[in-house]
Amino acid sequence: MKWVDDRFPFTKTMKHHVTEYYASKNFNFWYVFGVLAMVVLVIQLATGIFLTMNYKPAAADAFASVEYIMRDVEWGWLIRYMHSTGASFFFIVVYLHMFRAMLYGSYQKPRELIWIIGMLIFFVLMAEGFAGYLLPWGQMSYWGAQVIISLFGAIPFVGETLVEYIRGDYSISDITLNRFFALHVVVLPLSLIALVFVHIVALHEVGSNNPDGIEIKEHKGADGVPLDGIAFHPYHTSKDLVAIIIFLMVFSFVVFFSPDMGGYFLEHANFEPANTMATPEHIAPVWYFTPYYAILRAVPNKLWGAILMGGAVLLPLFLPWLDRSRVKSIRYRGWIYKSALGLFAISFLVLGWLGLQPAEGTYVLLARIFSVFYFGFFLLMPYYTAVDKTKPVPDRVVYHA
Amino acid sequence: MTDDVDRNRRHFLTVATAVTGGAGIVLAAIPFISSLKPSARAQALGAPVEVPIGSLDPGEMVRVIWRGRLVYVLRRDEEMLSRLPKAIDLLRDPDSAVVEQQPEYAVNEYRSVKPEFLVVEGSCTHLGCAPMPEFQVGPAADWFGGFFCPCHGSRFDLAGRVYKGVPAPTNLRVPPYRFIREDVIIIGDDTGAA
Repeated sequence: MKWVDDRFPFTKTMKHHVTEYYASKNFNFWYVFGVLAMVVLVIQLATGIFLTMNYKPAAADAFASVEYIMRDVEWGWLIRYMHSTGASFFFIVVYLHMFRAMLYGSYQKPRELIWIIGMLIFFVLMAEGFAGYLLPWGQMSYWGAQVIISLFGAIPFVGETLVEYIRGDYSISDITLNRFFALHVVVLPLSLIALVFVHIVALHEVGSNNPDGIEIKEHKGADGVPLDGIAFHPYHTSKDLVAIIIFLMVFSFVVFFSPDMGGYFLEHANFEPANTMATPEHIAPVWYFTPYYAILRAVPNKLWGAILMGGAVLLPLFLPWLDRSRVKSIRYRGWIYKSALGLFAISFLVLGWLGLQPAEGTYVLLARIFSVFYFGFFLLMPYYTAVDKTKPVPDRVVYHA
Repeated sequence: MTDDVDRNRRHFLTVATAVTGGAGIVLAAIPFISSLKPSARAQALGAPVEVPIGSLDPGEMVRVIWRGRLVYVLRRDEEMLSRLPKAIDLLRDPDSAVVEQQPEYAVNEYRSVKPEFLVVEGSCTHLGCAPMPEFQVGPAADWFGGFFCPCHGSRFDLAGRVYKGVPAPTNLRVPPYRFIREDVIIIGDDTGAA
């Protein structure tokens, strides 16, 4: 080992990031989703590599090659269902991971950069999901991409040219499919891995937050180890292993018994090959984009719809500076923030549901109301977090809220 | 040692290296970014298409693909043409004032070369879905027939003119076209058109 350590800092790295990385001892179940996101990333990379071995990124062959994977490639159906289910689980896990940060103020000083890098991961993940959805070249792939790429056309002056550069053609075609394949399997996964690496390096520099939102590094023992900290390995890893097993049980259940999840994970219209002559009667993106899609449809104006949708995606980026509260954790915040966060969570879920409904009548009205709540949560935050009454924060972590 | 450093010279070298390197990166990026544009083949596929319309019955519509885009050719009968003025107050741009949405010769009350034949791109000006033909009057009181986009509810009349209060900002685009014979139109080429 010494031979290696003289040439590569193996033992030092392991100590710094694993065996002597101290995280708070009072982590609750909200703290497993970061590890689970890593697990899903590995599943997606592994299954994705095997899918590329049989998939053909050409308009004439793509749909048939996916059917070929499903029917003729040994275990091909399992690999594809793991990949398609993994995409949805990626978003479930990441949304919960983000909500955890909002519960316990994990984006606040000194973790602003971790949050920003995390948001960049989220943006890349959205692009990855979107590019991947075009690849099966089904009806929903084609028309979904048509709608989302057209969004860029709403940008004044450069919009139309930009859209041509994205498509590489005057309409979505073989050329577009080919380049989305390149993005989906090379550019975006590489960026994702790089960003996840940076996310973790930044986290290990400042240390993990905890459900009390206090800095455990402020109370260190004689050995320099935080009194409330326990080593990531073996303590947190063994706890995470339990979470991983439970996660894989749920994941396997969906893969084997309900891979299309009643049309939410794999939309029924996508079992038909792309038809450039006719849009499906009812068009909706996959569930993980629907909250933003509902906001887009709530606005009866092309440019403003696109701006508000983009704003809804970008706003969380500024959370570290919108939040003026003196405390981090929800445990010590007042009723105003608690209600605001609750209302935000409800709005996000309702918007997600509305994005799946047709754009008419009451649905549009509801989408407008909940869009106001969504934006209100962020835009009014500097005010209500500053006036909200907070409770005293303990010195050391506690096990009860 | 540090006293020997010629700071001006060092500053000049730093700036010169940065500028040369920067210019190199910008120039090297040109071929890569240009490769993202529609290729020569994609441009060549934009050739005009001929559409025989002799067999089209009044009230009937055909769909054709030009430059990968969907184009509707609708033969409107007398009764359909008579409905055009009815919705005028409900339309955003009844006089086809937005210049890019049609060639000059389609700026008229029918938005076409011959009143009978409507030629429009079947691509909603909102986000590009294909609007569905709904040529009948009603059931809504303000519906006199036209095109309805299923994606986000945009509405257009029988001349492809957009209604007010829908997400689509402009009328459906009229591609360049001309009649090469009485019963054949060519889409994508209008040289010498009336």
